[in-house]
Amino acid sequence: MTADDAHVVGLTLLTAGLSTLLIFPFGVALAWLLARKNWPGKSLVETVVALPLVMPPVATGLILLNLLGRRGPIGAFLQNEFGTEIVFTWKAVVAAMAVMSFPFLARAARLAFEGVDPRLEQVARTLGARPARVFLTITLPLAGRGLVAGAVWAFARALGEFGATIMVAGNIPERTTVMSVAIYSDIQLGQEGHAYQLLGISAALAFGAIIFSNQFSKWGVTR
Amino acid sequence: MSKRAIRFYGPESGQGRGSRRGGDALRGRLAANRLILSIKKMIRRGAIALLLMSQLHANAGEIEVFAAASLTDALREIGATYEQAGGDHVVFNFAASNTLEMQIKAGAPADIFFSADEAKMNDLENAGLIVKDSRKDILSNRLVIIVPGDSPAIFTAASQLADAKFKRIAVGQPVSVPAGIYAKAYLQKIGLWDQIAPRVIPVESVRAALAAVETGNADAGIVYRTDALHSKKVKVAWEVPPSEGPAIAYPAALAQESKNVAEAKKFLDYLGQPASLKTFEKYGFITKG
Repeated sequence: MTADDAHVVGLTLLTAGLSTLLIFPFGVALAWLLARKNWPGKSLVETVVALPLVMPPVATGLILLNLLGRRGPIGAFLQNEFGTEIVFTWKAVVAAMAVMSFPFLARAARLAFEGVDPRLEQVARTLGARPARVFLTITLPLAGRGLVAGAVWAFARALGEFGATIMVAGNIPERTTVMSVAIYSDIQLGQEGHAYQLLGISAALAFGAIIFSNQFSKWGVTR
Repeated sequence: MSKRAIRFYGPESGQGRGSRRGGDALRGRLAANRLILSIKKMIRRGAIALLLMSQLHANAGEIEVFAAASLTDALREIGATYEQAGGDHVVFNFAASNTLEMQIKAGAPADIFFSADEAKMNDLENAGLIVKDSRKDILSNRLVIIVPGDSPAIFTAASQLADAKFKRIAVGQPVSVPAGIYAKAYLQKIGLWDQIAPRVIPVESVRAALAAVETGNADAGIVYRTDALHSKKVKVAWEVPPSEGPAIAYPAALAQESKNVAEAKKFLDYLGQPASLKTFEKYGFITKG
């Protein structure tokens, strides 16, 4: 593995990890609201969150580019208020990964919350626990494995994200080139051997994440 | 054991839901949560390191070059040579020309656009997003008809492509992929398009056309000469003569919104100098002398 490759792999892991951390609290909160509460506009929010699953990633990327770019509403705001530029930096990589992997986390987390028996929560309530305590000591631990599974899914999706990423973050060597984009570059340049090397690393990481997720699921049940 | 296990998600979540083993499972899960927290801490540290790194990277006086993906190797080499010779730091963004065009339209921080497709450059020129006077054609290319490496076919005329044995002809999508647009224009010019159109397989990029022929999934394909030179698994059956084929140029120009005009202009000039042209030739490009 060359220094270039190490950089690509490191950047991919860091941005994917950061994206997963970033969406985790929001994904869990939204999943809980979807699983446990009824509110107006619920199905609309559900649909919007699922959109990245059905839209072509390049289209999602284009929307992000227009929102986060210099002339976009969010991009212009951040530029003027904080002097931060998002597009074509690692921040755009994280943003693209976050949007594309959010539905995976939200869906898994929702199922996890739906699997928690509401009666357990009710018992805790009758014993005098406040809602926040019930959530932290009953709901969250019981849904924990599902939440972690969702996070691993989201992380894996982020690792492979390509279409939205190249649109909004570009393919800037040593800055925004993540593994999927590097593989695309190799194919464009006819460097198949190198593409397969990166694919191998990619596959190994995916295996690692899935094994971790499976072990994690078993753990705590079979003890 | 697993029968008594409590499942918390998935379609079977309705069964085995009891709270009999709730205590044990709860403890396990709490321990698990602690593990997640410690992992997260590690990731967070990494993220901070990344933040610091990226801040160091972002200096002014850099030249951002948005270039077609096919130019990656040649341009990275030229960029490195340029910096070694005391030039400014050059940063590249490599993607398909139409992607780059959309990015520049959306306000991407480009100083130079180096396109593999004249049409995309024309679009940006019409939109007033490039400096008209700075535009120049640095490279050119030619179309070739390729066949799989084990195929005996060598053409004496392009019209041999009409032979029924070429059942599938891989060509870049003739609406959006530049190589496909050029290929269709050429075939129409020599009066072959209508005949072979039903056998044309439009693909996503010129690379995909090459791959289709390399793997024997297409009996012939039309790609750039540079692509054919890259591959040992295809044979050039026919090279389109410059007089017959479309003029394929790789234009480069300064971006209108560039903030480093002087530095960018210097690098743009450097791209047209003999040393750079030699590097381009090394990678199979035809330079405009």
